[in-house]
Amino acid sequence: MSHLSERPERPVVGLPMPHESAALHVTGTALYTDDLVHRTKDVLHACPVQVTKAHGRITALRTEPALAVPGVVRVLTGADVPGVNDAGMKHDEPLFPDEVLFHGHAVAWVLGETLEAARLGAAAVEVELDELPSLITLQDAIAAGSFHGARPVMLTGDVDAGFADSAHVFTGELQFSDQEHFYLETHAALAYVDEAEQVFVQSSTQHPSETQEIVAHVLGLHSHEVTVQCLRMGGGFGGKEMQPHGFAAVAALGAKLTGRPVRVRLNRTQDLTMSGKRHGFHAEWKIGFDADGRIRALDATLTADGGWSLDLSEPVVARALCHIDNTYWIPNARIAGRIARTNKVSNTAFRGFGGPQGMLVIEDIMGRCAPLLGLDPTELRERNFYRQGQSTPYGQPVVQPERISAVWQQVKDNARLADRRREIAAFNAAHPDTKRGLAVTGLKFGISFNLTAFNQGGALVLIYKDGSVLINHGGTEMGQGLHTKMLQVAATTLGIPLHKVRLAPTRTDKVPNTSATAASSGADLNGAAVKNACEQLRERLLQVAATQLGSHASDVRIVDGVARTLGSGKELAWDDLVRTAYFQRVQLSAAGFYRTEGLHWDAKTFRGSPFKYFAHGAAAAEVEVDGFTGAYRIRRVDIVHDVGDSLSPMIDIGQIEGGFVQGAGWLTLEDLRWDAGDGPNRGRLLTRAASTYKLPSFSEMPEEFNVTLLRNATEEGAVYGSKAVGEPPLMLAFSVREALRQAAAAFGPSGVSVELASPATPEAVYWAIQAARRGDASGNGRVRNGVAADGLAAGSRVRTDAKASSGA
Amino acid sequence: MVAARITVNGEEKQISPAAPHTTVLEFLRDRGLTGTKEGCAEGECGACSVLVARPGVNKPTDWVAVNACLVPVAALDGQEIITSEGLATAGEPGKPPTLHPVQEEMALRGGSQCGYCTPGFVCSMAAEYYRPDRCAHADTAGGTDAEHGPNGFDLHALSGNLCRCTGYRPIRDAAFAVGTPTDEDPLAQRREQASPAPVATEYTRDDSVFLRKGTLAETLRLLRERPDAVVVAGSTDWGVEVNIRSRRADCVVAVDRLAELRELRVESDHIEIGAALTLTEIERRLDGAVPLLAELFPQFASRLIRNGATLGGNLGTGSPIGDSPPVLLALEASVLLADADGEREVPLAEYFTGYRQSVRRPGELIRAVRIPLPLSPVAAFHKISKRRFDDISSVAVAFALDIGDGIVRKARIGLGGVAATPIRALATEAALEGTPWTAETVEAAARILQGEGTPMNDHRASAAYRSAMLGQSLLKLYAQTTEAVSS
Repeated sequence: MSHLSERPERPVVGLPMPHESAALHVTGTALYTDDLVHRTKDVLHACPVQVTKAHGRITALRTEPALAVPGVVRVLTGADVPGVNDAGMKHDEPLFPDEVLFHGHAVAWVLGETLEAARLGAAAVEVELDELPSLITLQDAIAAGSFHGARPVMLTGDVDAGFADSAHVFTGELQFSDQEHFYLETHAALAYVDEAEQVFVQSSTQHPSETQEIVAHVLGLHSHEVTVQCLRMGGGFGGKEMQPHGFAAVAALGAKLTGRPVRVRLNRTQDLTMSGKRHGFHAEWKIGFDADGRIRALDATLTADGGWSLDLSEPVVARALCHIDNTYWIPNARIAGRIARTNKVSNTAFRGFGGPQGMLVIEDIMGRCAPLLGLDPTELRERNFYRQGQSTPYGQPVVQPERISAVWQQVKDNARLADRRREIAAFNAAHPDTKRGLAVTGLKFGISFNLTAFNQGGALVLIYKDGSVLINHGGTEMGQGLHTKMLQVAATTLGIPLHKVRLAPTRTDKVPNTSATAASSGADLNGAAVKNACEQLRERLLQVAATQLGSHASDVRIVDGVARTLGSGKELAWDDLVRTAYFQRVQLSAAGFYRTEGLHWDAKTFRGSPFKYFAHGAAAAEVEVDGFTGAYRIRRVDIVHDVGDSLSPMIDIGQIEGGFVQGAGWLTLEDLRWDAGDGPNRGRLLTRAASTYKLPSFSEMPEEFNVTLLRNATEEGAVYGSKAVGEPPLMLAFSVREALRQAAAAFGPSGVSVELASPATPEAVYWAIQAARRGDASGNGRVRNGVAADGLAAGSRVRTDAKASSGA
Repeated sequence: MVAARITVNGEEKQISPAAPHTTVLEFLRDRGLTGTKEGCAEGECGACSVLVARPGVNKPTDWVAVNACLVPVAALDGQEIITSEGLATAGEPGKPPTLHPVQEEMALRGGSQCGYCTPGFVCSMAAEYYRPDRCAHADTAGGTDAEHGPNGFDLHALSGNLCRCTGYRPIRDAAFAVGTPTDEDPLAQRREQASPAPVATEYTRDDSVFLRKGTLAETLRLLRERPDAVVVAGSTDWGVEVNIRSRRADCVVAVDRLAELRELRVESDHIEIGAALTLTEIERRLDGAVPLLAELFPQFASRLIRNGATLGGNLGTGSPIGDSPPVLLALEASVLLADADGEREVPLAEYFTGYRQSVRRPGELIRAVRIPLPLSPVAAFHKISKRRFDDISSVAVAFALDIGDGIVRKARIGLGGVAATPIRALATEAALEGTPWTAETVEAAARILQGEGTPMNDHRASAAYRSAMLGQSLLKLYAQTTEAVSS
């Protein structure tokens, strides 16, 4: 067992704990960024001037009418920027653009004494535009050859030889939709200038260090003049990794120019129309199977809808490519990735970060091809699982392939798969208008940032004379329970009860140069850094205790807040130990640091071992579909997930359940629609409110929901043997989509390949049923046709050209 | 007139200087009660849920959860509300507050992750916790289903609350674990006293006014003088206009507490439902007496909305995708329109004249809805939407059929979402009446039904799907009726 993964006696990690802020949450006393406005004097409110055209060059921007509105204090424009007019890391995101690149692009911000005044002021600003042609849909961008950023190609083996070897070759396409984060707390920032002319920004951000960096370069300051704090977020999901920077910069610029605190808080429609989303993708593929259904070759092109700027699209596409294999060995592959430039919001990180998109492509292929191969889809999936000694298409060995089958087998057992298959067959035979489907899917998700440099974490741990402990680390809390885990890690390492440890809000002046709390890496990176800091402190205290107890430091243990030495009844309470250490002038603070070992990645050749390890899981989902309407219910879901040895089981189960339902939302319900017509509202987001963009509610929760953590799953390479959990469970929701496919198929003759649009809304399922009944699979075309009639982007186009070819 | 005031968590607060359009949510946050959150500002997410003391159905007072983002604070002049902060009783100084039983279950069971939706969930859950007939229901019903807990908790109480983090399972566990209020519980005790009476309100700031009169007659006189006034009951529609479309009115008139609009009478040949009764009140007071309405209510928005929304409002706004008109059309309901000169009765089928337009004249108010008796025995409401809880219809179809000796004697079918107004499916009704209720005639009628109206493509559904769903709804009804006969 590695030093990093080894747990001491009576660890606090591993105990099920509610969220550390639970009591504050339920009483409404937990503070979020915008709750601070009431506690701050003389705050100005900011409102964006959004231009409602998809593309055009600004020829005039008149702010005088806004200044005439009572209560308007100032209008911020590009001319006000003392530093660099840019809000992104790729330098393609002007904070105050002179070219409108998407419908709703903010070109100026109005500051008012009240939000009402700012809003009326924003409405009064006059913007003149030379309209330019726009690209709204992914198809149009592909047709126009409108791409930006890197165009990676992942190659392994000999693809042509692989197809030559294949007994069956199929081709197909899949287009699937984007997804709105819909964190319940919209973007918010509150900035003020302190007594030393330094800028302090409270921001709802997953990446305080980068928010700090952007604020500094917009204001023309150095980073040490800007402090960013994130108390907590009301949800992030990746949507606050890059997107908060510009809003924070606007608040900071306003504060710098007016000398008053400035608040930016987007309302829901502003948030929906201005901030990026999960990338929708188009995939075109050709796959070859041998006579037994084993994949021989895959040739695919994945195109992500990047929107107007690059943002994180390049790493998102890289992760999509790195996950197209999922749990399956693909000996010969040529996978190309590209990023379409469209006149829409700039798509960004979202839980899974391209991984779900890559995996959806292969899982869709499996679901569509199984009937064509005459195989049960579960059987087809099993036959292709990675085995010992095999590597991913990017060259990383899959060192724990047994975990793929372990979670798979366990979920089949837990779900009583064989029995329920029989029950479902009987049910379906007896019910002409209602059908059930039960599907199992698995996952393998790489943990670590693809970019090696980001895989570092820092912490600052302080012990006060009274024995109380305060920890700071670089990670942010967005509901995922990171702070709860960090408290448990600190208490475990120091050997003290949890109540002795408190955690301070994330601030850039405590831990510098942090990575985003993203890529599921929060607990791995920051946990190891907290552990490192606590170990330094523990070693110092053990020396003190050894002297007091008349022993050697190596024989002293601190457990439950009491230091004891081997073979002696003497003990020393934590508080006394700390006080003694203070009087002996022992340093009671420590900075911790961690860098993930053993990673390497060559983005140019698209090869390496970018991931420290893989997270695994499997889910069995049963749905019931109404043949009249296509409406469905999720009857039961069983999940077995590999979180290593859990740091905090209740938190981890919460992540698994929440991720699953969020994934099911993306795949079945959540339906972003953009106006792709040539009318005056071209490019407008049509689903721009909670009333039109529906996320899962209680009615989408599985009626029976059983989540089990894989036992004896110690991960040697992570803190206290745990594994990352934030993103992977989202991809367990493929089981719902595949169950819907099977239920739809049950309405028709057996052996038909059913194509299902994504999201598989009741309407999409209805057309799939109709196609299955006809014994063909062309149903989804009707979704496309129906929607295309008024020019909407369907996000759901599936072409029906899966066909068997003869050998070559 | 006493200055407008509101009691929040037991503490009386002046409403001034809020604007007449200021919502309860904005008011609370301005006063430092930031536990109440804005997630959507249109009554969809429930992060702003608070408890209001309302006239009770089974006790003098019910604690009713509503969306604070939709209700103008001036509408709660003289009323009492409780927020998430107020549910926790303050402990000794320096010690954390004692959690309310609902808060305790939510906290211990992992019901919060990011915590932003949590105060709203807590308030919605507390309202169900204090529902007087909750446990009685469980005793009689005995068993539970996926939407009802062993403690009688109806999960629909949370249908208007969204959580993006948890996937809901721990929240359901918390809801199904809450016990019964103790006798010492101050909010339980509060139910035994009358709820605050409505207060005549004239709240003016700058050039805009919020008005509430004491009687219908006064209100009708006011509407004659101010035909430009916006009439609100639960404000569940107007609140969205104010927040999302930034509409402001010079004059808003509240009618939701007028006694004349809050009667429910069951006569021998009709049922009359006051236009300002909330849908929740109608649901509880009818208690299944009109099966088609009983089928409608759980599908009508969310509990938070139904606690404020009224039939008068749903018909008054006249949206073609309102959920009550198809049902009321199938029930052959009529609308009683009152103005300062008197009252007239208009069949609902003649009420709508165009997109969000009706025969209702300026100064006229919907006083009540009348449903003739007896009811046709075969009734069904099919709402087609993406999400089962709290969604807006793509299409809604309501059937009221009288089938005797295998013959359809009478057919009334109301449709929503297929035209600029809710409509009756007249051609289908004619095709069905007098014909046998068989697969052949139903299939023929379904083809006709599929052609009714002029459905359109939008973000909710394609026109093709909408049309298909019309026909499918009749086929589904047929399958259900024959299934019921055969089983």
